[in-house]
Amino acid sequence: MTAPHAIALQVNGERVEAFVLPRTNLADFLREHLQLTGTHVGCEHGVCGACTVRVNGEIVRSCLMLAVQANDAAVETIEGLSDSGEISDLQEAFRARNALQCGYCTPAMLISAQDLLKAESQPDRERIREHLSGNYCRCTGYQAIVDAVEATAKARKHREGSAP
Amino acid sequence: MNKPAPQNLSELDRPNSYIGKTVPRPNLDRLLQGRGLYVSDIELPRMAHVVFVRSPHAHARIVSIDAQAAKKKPGVVAVVIGEELAAVITPWVGVLSHMKGLKSAPQRAIAIDRVCWQGEAVAAVVASSRAAAEDAAEFVAVEYEELEPVTDMRTALEAATPVIHASLGDNLAFERTFEAGAVDAALAEADEVAEAEFVFGRHTGVTLEPRSVVADWNAAEARLTIYQGTQAPHMVQNIAALHLGLEEAQVRVVCKDVGGSFGIKVHIYADEMATYALSKLLKRPVKYVADRIESFNTDIHARDHRCKARIGVKRDGTITAFEIDDLTGIGPYSMYPRTSAIEANQVVNLVGGPYVTPNYRARARVVFQNKNVMCQYRAVGHPIACSITEGLVDLAAMRIGMDPVEIRRRNLIADDAYPCGSPAGLRFELLSHHASLNKLLAMMDYDALRAEQAALRAKNVHRGIGIASFIEVTNPSAAFYGVGGAKISSQDGVAVRLDAQGAVVCQTSITEQGQGSESLTAQIVGSVLGVSMEKVRVILGDTDQTPYGGGTWASRGAGIGGEAALQAAKILRRNILDVAAAILQSQPSELDIVNDAVVNAGDGATRIDLRELARIVYFRPDTLPPGIQPELMATRHYVPRQYPFAFTNGVQASWLEVDTDTGFVKLLKHWVVEDCGTIINPQLVDEQIRGGVVQGLGAALFEKCIYDERGQLTNANMADYLVPMSSEMPDIDIGHVVSPTSESELGAKGAGEAGTAGAAAAVANAVNDALKPFGAVITEIPLTPQIILTALKRI
Repeated sequence: MTAPHAIALQVNGERVEAFVLPRTNLADFLREHLQLTGTHVGCEHGVCGACTVRVNGEIVRSCLMLAVQANDAAVETIEGLSDSGEISDLQEAFRARNALQCGYCTPAMLISAQDLLKAESQPDRERIREHLSGNYCRCTGYQAIVDAVEATAKARKHREGSAP
Repeated sequence: MNKPAPQNLSELDRPNSYIGKTVPRPNLDRLLQGRGLYVSDIELPRMAHVVFVRSPHAHARIVSIDAQAAKKKPGVVAVVIGEELAAVITPWVGVLSHMKGLKSAPQRAIAIDRVCWQGEAVAAVVASSRAAAEDAAEFVAVEYEELEPVTDMRTALEAATPVIHASLGDNLAFERTFEAGAVDAALAEADEVAEAEFVFGRHTGVTLEPRSVVADWNAAEARLTIYQGTQAPHMVQNIAALHLGLEEAQVRVVCKDVGGSFGIKVHIYADEMATYALSKLLKRPVKYVADRIESFNTDIHARDHRCKARIGVKRDGTITAFEIDDLTGIGPYSMYPRTSAIEANQVVNLVGGPYVTPNYRARARVVFQNKNVMCQYRAVGHPIACSITEGLVDLAAMRIGMDPVEIRRRNLIADDAYPCGSPAGLRFELLSHHASLNKLLAMMDYDALRAEQAALRAKNVHRGIGIASFIEVTNPSAAFYGVGGAKISSQDGVAVRLDAQGAVVCQTSITEQGQGSESLTAQIVGSVLGVSMEKVRVILGDTDQTPYGGGTWASRGAGIGGEAALQAAKILRRNILDVAAAILQSQPSELDIVNDAVVNAGDGATRIDLRELARIVYFRPDTLPPGIQPELMATRHYVPRQYPFAFTNGVQASWLEVDTDTGFVKLLKHWVVEDCGTIINPQLVDEQIRGGVVQGLGAALFEKCIYDERGQLTNANMADYLVPMSSEMPDIDIGHVVSPTSESELGAKGAGEAGTAGAAAAVANAVNDALKPFGAVITEIPLTPQIILTALKRI
């Protein structure tokens, strides 16, 4: 019951095999086993959202998911999303709008925002605020984040519209 | 027409100046890509993890601790109790000599014999992993004999209440009384006297990254390296050395990325002291990362105040007097090293501060309780003082039937009255209350909002407008801590050097927790030197690497650290021009630096790139004229001396709707006009204000550490302790009035706490404005649905 389990999964496109204790949560696995420290741990009980990652395309709180549950899954973290360029425009919008201060909530905030932008092309400010409500930020007061997400949505729409 | 010579321009107005411009903060990509380095990310060879066994009782005698079983658990390195750790680290007492009469008891890194709040550590379990340490901690058997806890500050001083520290004689930590003018006469001659008890919920900072520290004692070097997310590295260095019996040279404090601070991380906590000591004891790196329950139980709390207050007002709106009697409970110890008397002291200093009223009487009492410690959190004392003052002003206006704006116009200090002082002895160099208020009213279209409010009332929709003027303490001189004997520096230092490729390296003693310290330093240095910001690298947060200084707290980074950067860059610029003149056989006065190159001051023609100048200086000094010794590094320090504090001012307004059936408040809009003097980066200033406002809005509506009568914190988790979420927060419009301080060349005052200072007062006034038709007045925060429905007599 408490012996390490073998798991195999994709993390940011790379195959990873590991032995993990059944109690190890995905956040600790990513941070401590794989040194993917861009996934942050804020409350360890699924409220603050700082540990948000993508598992099989869906956003999850990695502190509420066990590493063994990620067996066979495809996990994406901020490191992977940064290197692939998938969210580079969103990151640039955050940078230009100073939509981060201490940066601790930021990786998860970006992942949650991208989740919204993939599902809806033109979310209004209220919709953005609602979608990001599971991601706490103590520094910014949220307005700059909402501005950056809104600007990214508009820019993407514009790019789509002008595509041949 | 001749172009104006560059020397006629201020250092800050030069072509290509970054001052006053919105430019993105350097190095944000690191944080955006998850490639920062927070303390919780740090791993060192042989590093062990510590978990603390903490008291479940608010007040108890420790009968026995049996660690034998825990010591045998897998991965355990050591289980250490208070007596054992006391051999390595000495206790401390959180007092300052200028807080006359302030007393506290010796506090230890790990409790010995007795625990005084729920969450005080009684043993440390050190193991190969945090999980192994947590497992073993379950097997530390502690027997307690419960003692009666002191929890209600209102009865803390009564004879029947137990005294928490017998050696102190009573539970009174500090008392200050103050009187200016003729208060009794002023109240007697008032047409109306309004009074109320203002109650504030104890709340805390909830930094998203919990407090974390890695302490690494290298026995061979006899040196301790502390990796800690602190706002004040040199303070930590001093305190760690003092209590571990080391010289400061034996302690290095390194502060990389910090996941939120807000004043929570400007103190030194017992568990951090214990971690330093454990590393020394065990001769290996030890890491401590608080979990969220520990954060709620041990991160300093703030604002647990009850204040009875009165205001006298004449029919014409003249405020005749303010009187307050403030009571605050600070937990069982005065916090170290900044003390827990500062907040109450600030309340006494700040009440009535924006107004001309000369008559003021105040008493503040600070009492011990068996709850978590209270100390300085963002905008120390300001939200209390502002809520009391602005709440009273609105009560007075209500009594005489005057508009809240009008009563403020009649009593705010005139914009041409400066320099002047306040009844409490504060000295104001230059404030702009009226200009700020006028700007605010224009931004919010006050008259239109009043019309909208009236129209909606007819439809049974209850909206309110709340206004709060405030003053803020920034740029503190040695008057804050130094004069009281605390080795917390009020100066900051900056060293700037031109490197061998013509880029600039800048070391500063201010720290970065996301406010933009790195950016403002690079902007100032780049502007003064004529170097592009991309070429300025800023190093901060390392006592081995930076000049000595205070750090980032009390809204001091830009005003003090920024001025040091300005002065250091001026010296380096002069030195560069001296060398350039020697190389070019010119005069320094005929040269300037623009866009990374030395140019003719007259026609702007490029003479020599800084890269080439650096190459000559560093590698071909033999080609320089005899007698030239270039100094391409300059250091300057700055500390305010003329004024104890550079006061700023501002005014906030809230527009909200109260659902009188459910008691819920919907924030619709918030406005702030703020005057922080010279603005270095408008975007960063605005974002500091917005973030500060939202922390104040949290206090106004949601945040409260709820203790039961046994001293148990009942909502020590993020699900039950509510903080503002994005869906509940309004957009916040910000405007500025600019009154630079003339004490420094830069003219910058602080901006980091202004938002927090006035937000709760604006919201409380707006709620009372909305509830006016019901005759309900609430002077308690957080304004929960329960509080509102109770006031409406609906429950």
